Amino acid sequence: MPIHPILDYLWIIPLLPLLGAAVNGLFGAEWPNKIVSAVAVGSTGLSFAAALEAVREFTQLSPEQIPWIKQYFSWIAAGTFRAGFDLQVDQLTVVMLMVVTGVGWLIHIYSIGYMAHEGGYYRFFSFLNLFMFFMLILVMAANYVLLFVGWEGVGLSSYLLIGFYFLKKSAADAGKKAFIVNRIGDFGFMLGMFLLFRTFGTLDFVALFDKAGHWPAEAMGQLGTFTIACLLLFMGACGKSAQLPLYVWLPDAMEGPTPVSALIHAATMVTAGVYVVARSHMLFTHAPTAMLVVAVVGCATAFFAATIGLVQTDIKRVLAYSTVSQLGYMFLACGVGAFSAGIFHLMTHAFFKALLFLAAGSVIHAMGGEQDMRRMGGLSSKIRWTYLTMLTATLAIAGAPFFAGFFSKDAILFSAFQSANGGHVLYAFGLLTALLTSFYMFRLIFLTFHGKPRYDEHKVHVHESPWSMLGPLVILAVLSIFGGWFALPSMLGTGRDYFANFLGPLFGAGESVAVEPAAQALELKFAGVAVFTALMGFVIAFWFYLRQPGKPEQLAKSMKGAYTTLLNKYYVDELYAAVIVKPLLWISTNFLWKTVDVAGIDGAVNGIADNARAIGDTVRQTQSGNTRSYAVWVVVGALVVIAAIFWPLLRPAAGMVP
Amino acid sequence: MHPAGHLLSVLVFFPALGALALLLLRGDDHVWIRRLALTISIAEFLLSLLLIPGVPIGAAHYQLEEFAKWINVPPINYHLGVDGISLFLVILTTFLTLISVIASWKSIERRVKEFFVTLLLLEVGIIGVFFSLDLFLFFLFWEVMLIPMAFLIGIWGHERRIYAAVKFVLYTMTGSILMLVGIIWLYNATGTFDLPKIQQFLQSGALVLPARTEMILFLAFFLAFAIKVPLFPLHTWLPDAHVEAPTAGSVILAGVLLKLGTYGMIRFCLPLFPNASRRFAPAVALLAIIGVIYGALVALVQPNLKKLVAYSSVSHLGFVVLGIFAFNPISMQGAVFQMLAHGISTGALFLLVGMLYDRRHTFEISEYGGLATPMPKLAAFFLFVVLSSLGLPMLNGFVGEFLILLGTYQMHWKWAAWAALGVILSACYLLWSYQRVFFGEVTREKNRTLPDASPREKWILVSVAVVTLWMGIGSISFTRRFAASCQNVLDQMGPEQAQEAVAPAKPAVPSGNALAAVPEKISLERTASR
Repeated sequence: MPIHPILDYLWIIPLLPLLGAAVNGLFGAEWPNKIVSAVAVGSTGLSFAAALEAVREFTQLSPEQIPWIKQYFSWIAAGTFRAGFDLQVDQLTVVMLMVVTGVGWLIHIYSIGYMAHEGGYYRFFSFLNLFMFFMLILVMAANYVLLFVGWEGVGLSSYLLIGFYFLKKSAADAGKKAFIVNRIGDFGFMLGMFLLFRTFGTLDFVALFDKAGHWPAEAMGQLGTFTIACLLLFMGACGKSAQLPLYVWLPDAMEGPTPVSALIHAATMVTAGVYVVARSHMLFTHAPTAMLVVAVVGCATAFFAATIGLVQTDIKRVLAYSTVSQLGYMFLACGVGAFSAGIFHLMTHAFFKALLFLAAGSVIHAMGGEQDMRRMGGLSSKIRWTYLTMLTATLAIAGAPFFAGFFSKDAILFSAFQSANGGHVLYAFGLLTALLTSFYMFRLIFLTFHGKPRYDEHKVHVHESPWSMLGPLVILAVLSIFGGWFALPSMLGTGRDYFANFLGPLFGAGESVAVEPAAQALELKFAGVAVFTALMGFVIAFWFYLRQPGKPEQLAKSMKGAYTTLLNKYYVDELYAAVIVKPLLWISTNFLWKTVDVAGIDGAVNGIADNARAIGDTVRQTQSGNTRSYAVWVVVGALVVIAAIFWPLLRPAAGMVP
Repeated sequence: MHPAGHLLSVLVFFPALGALALLLLRGDDHVWIRRLALTISIAEFLLSLLLIPGVPIGAAHYQLEEFAKWINVPPINYHLGVDGISLFLVILTTFLTLISVIASWKSIERRVKEFFVTLLLLEVGIIGVFFSLDLFLFFLFWEVMLIPMAFLIGIWGHERRIYAAVKFVLYTMTGSILMLVGIIWLYNATGTFDLPKIQQFLQSGALVLPARTEMILFLAFFLAFAIKVPLFPLHTWLPDAHVEAPTAGSVILAGVLLKLGTYGMIRFCLPLFPNASRRFAPAVALLAIIGVIYGALVALVQPNLKKLVAYSSVSHLGFVVLGIFAFNPISMQGAVFQMLAHGISTGALFLLVGMLYDRRHTFEISEYGGLATPMPKLAAFFLFVVLSSLGLPMLNGFVGEFLILLGTYQMHWKWAAWAALGVILSACYLLWSYQRVFFGEVTREKNRTLPDASPREKWILVSVAVVTLWMGIGSISFTRRFAASCQNVLDQMGPEQAQEAVAPAKPAVPSGNALAAVPEKISLERTASR
């Protein structure tokens, strides 16, 4: 019997960052930066090491030991309901664990340098560690309720970190917006859980999916339990993963420090929605309608966000819309049943998008806080390492051959094409998005690093970042190249897609993994098309921003309407404000509070009181001493009494009250 | 008899004794008055913890009962008992009273002795209500509790305190008169004020209430409790009472007094009038849901911080009422848990608002802004409490709300779906107000130099935070003790009957058993046809 030191004590993995958060939060204010960062980086580093060991032990488990579940204590119990503090490790968890602890650790290291001159250093690291804790709970939870703990917890950490610079109103606003928009999604998520509990009597993954697996699948268009439950869960996913129509919080979330954008708003937290859909694949595969919705929403978001990304001038905003767009790809993959492709893209995206953000942070650092690409340019020679790593990530996201994004995006587009429900349309939009992606990413590169400097070189002293920041960049750059090579053998036709193979036992036969030679040849063709598309994006960007630098402005002028619409993000924020926020506030203030509450109910109550006083006065007047008026009152009173006594008789069918 | 002997009586009257002792002190000796009040409330809190072993896990019925004849005619008895539901509510009361004493340490400077005496008498009334198993005794304590609370508002309150106190008294009295009528009616029908006995009659069929009568009785009790909760649209006394009350008054009012309403619904409305409860459930649920959403929306736009918290109570208590009237074991436990959780979180919110008031003497949100800079610790605690109030998992608010919604969904999914909107709205009003008070640059010069939490305040806040976390993570240690009692309430409701409760031609009093004690006048024809 093999011993599993970490798998037996799974709680160690999430607990370490929690301890780090608690220690820094309680005592960090008094400590020098070195100790604070040592605690934070140390705790996440240990957590990463523990996760690595857990994965090693996991590979030695026999298939029947998977999923590996550890039950710690009952957290909530009432009636037949029980939610335990139970952790679970299966193939999906392994991937997520590696991404979260690995990328998380690198970003912690990067933050040491990036945040060195900021106030609230301990606060930053405490929150960042807290985030790690909740994110690990999210991916290791063995039931929906505990998952929801992580789910809301990462939302909290996100709120705290977006609003890190709380003196700025825009930062505080953005944090609040993120939390509230996520809550709207969580509303759906909670109802989804309630429905699942009502149907299956449990919210534990293993028991629930086992029962669900024996249920007959719903037909397309049928609005049964599975469809509704999946759509409700997906509503939560839309909030967390910034999909249409709940994506609005993510671009604003860029108010947070850049490492936060990299870790939370690119690599990990925002992928939680994809994770939940993949985790619930047993439910989704039973609900073809819900799957179609997921695919369409994902595809639409991918395209929609990419168009906004075309014209943004803030370097982080471009990346934010790019993230929304790439998350759309992941949902597209899940929606067409290619869950492992979605998770594959989740992983490679974590590498290259984290890298993009960190490199952007390095640029901002070098420029002394400048984020507007219109005031950059020509940086490539001055910050060489930043440039090279960022270029690597750009090649990866654009889908250059043999970079990580190439494999995962290709897998998604290929699966979308093969999908029975409108696959060709999904594929077309996916491909178009790839073109846009390549364009806006190279636009970013050219505007930032090439051409002539457009800033005041006397004021801004461009300097390369310290190695504590460059180190993580280099490691992530390596991962952005090789991170996709799990799929290389299958692409070359010499072997299997190791990634899909690893997740295979989990996602089962629903997976469409190309194995036969014909399909493999087709996939190669698709890869060719994708590469050509990416190249076109590159060429257009090259032509626009290096060859004809005046051209984009001309174009923007000639298509003013389209340009301003894109620049203003289709006015969606304004629409929400006008349609939801303002009317709600107006109605609450003027109707509910001032009319119903104060004038209506309170008015009535006070009115009764006043009337009572008035009646009292009137009654006093009746005691006039006038005998005749007394006589009248006696008669009236007698009549009332008589009526009361005989009322049962007067009323028809008394005593047989229905 | 339980070895603890007369624990319940001790708990009820110890604060009264303490109040007497306080009266013996010199009125201007504020230091010792405070110290003695603190000692009494600590002792009372510790004593109340002794209740926990007295209510074993899984015990559904009343424990530690005490019974003594008090008045022969009419037969009013001194009958006390505790079950899982009242257990933690009593501990909540003693805990919040203790906290209130500490919170009033500096902020009460006028009539100090009288203040603490009043606070302790209030505690007597509340604990008495929770323990009473005799309807008349219950009513007595119910009224006893009203007077100190009105004094707290009317004497130690803010500008419009008299208006608020009178409003509070009138509202509550209106309800209690109705309840008194209901109690007397029940006595007329059964010849006893004893709650367990009346329940026994009902369950054995010795007392059968015609549908119409049951509904009227239900309404008589329910209205009294609904005003207390307060249920929409009977809530307008609450914002005024809270804004005018001193901090301690608000803490007790929101923390415990409101729960007396929901407690009464669980203890009286459901088991005594099950069919009427069922019949009215949709209407009650509708009002509860309106309360959840309406309270949250009105809270959203309040310029006054204390009013905001008051309206948030309307919203949160709406959840509790919904959980009770869903008649589901999960939602019922959720409701009881939410009563406790709300007591802690909203109590803490009022404490924090009170701390801000002590510094700036205003509740207007616009007077604040950027407070996180001068007072980071208070800001951190405030955020913690805000998070617990908006139902963040692992903190106390989540468990109650989640169980209520989960249980309600099993019965009526639409109710749960509407009420769940409150979860979104609570985040809106809490985070928005928090932002306006604590984030941004300091906008008023006065606020720049405000002191951060003092050691005394830290003690209060840390103890509240510990309870919050414990309830959020170790919720089982609470629910397992009241699970059986909650189930018992639902069992007492019996199976759902046909809409028609047929009045028996003759009082069905089986002879030769305990029920023979029921006087002949239990005959219901008379009352039914009235």
